[in-house]
Amino acid sequence: MYKKSVRRRRAVLGLLVGLSIALLTVYFGESASGGLHAVQRGFLEVLAPLQEGASRALKPVRDFGGWVGDVFDAKSDNKKLRREVERLRAQLAAAETAGSDGEQLEALASFNGSSSFPDGYQSVKARVIGRSPTVWYSTITIDKGSSAGVRANQPVVTGDGLAGRVSDVSGDAAQVTLITDHSSGVSAQVVPNGANGLVKATVGDPDDLLLDFVERGRPVRTGSTVITSGWKASKLESLFPRGIPIGTVTSIDATERELYQRVHLHPFADLRNASVVEVIVPANAGDQRAQARP
Amino acid sequence: MTVTGSSIARVAALVIVTVVVQISVVTQVTFWGAYLDLLPLVALSVGLLAGPITGASVGFALGLVADMALFQTLGVSSLLLTGVGYQAGRYRELRDASHKMVPAIGGFVVTLAYATAFSIVQFLLGVDSDVSSTVIRTILVGALLNALIATPVFKLVRLVLRPALADDLRPRRRSTSPIGLRASQ
Repeated sequence: MYKKSVRRRRAVLGLLVGLSIALLTVYFGESASGGLHAVQRGFLEVLAPLQEGASRALKPVRDFGGWVGDVFDAKSDNKKLRREVERLRAQLAAAETAGSDGEQLEALASFNGSSSFPDGYQSVKARVIGRSPTVWYSTITIDKGSSAGVRANQPVVTGDGLAGRVSDVSGDAAQVTLITDHSSGVSAQVVPNGANGLVKATVGDPDDLLLDFVERGRPVRTGSTVITSGWKASKLESLFPRGIPIGTVTSIDATERELYQRVHLHPFADLRNASVVEVIVPANAGDQRAQARP
Repeated sequence: MTVTGSSIARVAALVIVTVVVQISVVTQVTFWGAYLDLLPLVALSVGLLAGPITGASVGFALGLVADMALFQTLGVSSLLLTGVGYQAGRYRELRDASHKMVPAIGGFVVTLAYATAFSIVQFLLGVDSDVSSTVIRTILVGALLNALIATPVFKLVRLVLRPALADDLRPRRRSTSPIGLRASQ
């Protein structure tokens, strides 16, 4: 009787572990259009209304939790904000003395208004209804999907700057991979000097992004602003239109041996607390930009 | 656990509600940069209450539903939470799991183990970016926060599963006095 029970227990464990490994192997090997990915999209379709309902119904609980968290964080935030004010004051002084710098900074500051909003695009506002619980996946679920004109690979912004891109879409919901996810890569440019690079995440630290592959010869100053570069080459173009602010340069790593500088950025968008975002969709709905690359 | 239609429905509801609440509400709030994580706590609680088979099965289901809902690599969370549920169930079989501190200490240990194992699997699958040392701090803070809520979560899970449990896990009464004498009836 005891042996039978042990055998049964081990068989169940073996079956579940085997099933998990099989799922992992198949999922990892298949493309985004594969069967398991399609099942996931279908599942998101079913779960999205539940998530949205729970998100709305339990908002007071979430707000209370947020308030408790904010109280604990307030002390350190106060110091950070004072430093931020000093930095912005210095930035403002620099902008006033340099005309071209000033124009660009002004354009960035009013991005969410209209003048700096990318031409040929419009925005779809969406609420965040889900968020990944691990540091390894920096993703959110939003309550707008293909029925609202949202398509895969479209950029997502908050009022402060770039948040990420749409990675998967179902009818009434979409999954957004944030710029703090390890799989994210955004072609970017430092203004005003125009040094180009690729913005990547630093896993585990959403306040630190890395602008990699910046040529050593190009001077980059702490406090400079980094925007999406929006390159275009023959039939290919970046997923991100030019001019979306990403963050400010906080420090620069440059060693003698390396060909490139590694520039650390502080993102403008507060991705941990964003509850409303905008998806930037082409004004012409037919333009799916399916062939684009980051 | 007694397997009936009602008990399966309770477990299914527990799994769905846990995942929905986790990704829609709990992860929207951060404390010192870390999130509370209900998934390992629920797998732990079910394992402690219902044994290794049910614990492993519920862990697997929790992981599968979470990976599906979050568009994560399928199988990673299921694999790890299967282990959490199974080990919690084995602890119940081999040790006295009725002590008041078991959920809290267990919550800390399984959250730490789950997050560490998750990180190792991610490294094995390949990470395209730099990894900050704050990952370690985030994992530790998350484990401590989970330890704080582990007991209420355990009690809530027990409340949900109680009608389906063969024996309720409560502190056992002494049948004898401290020196080994049985009180006269």
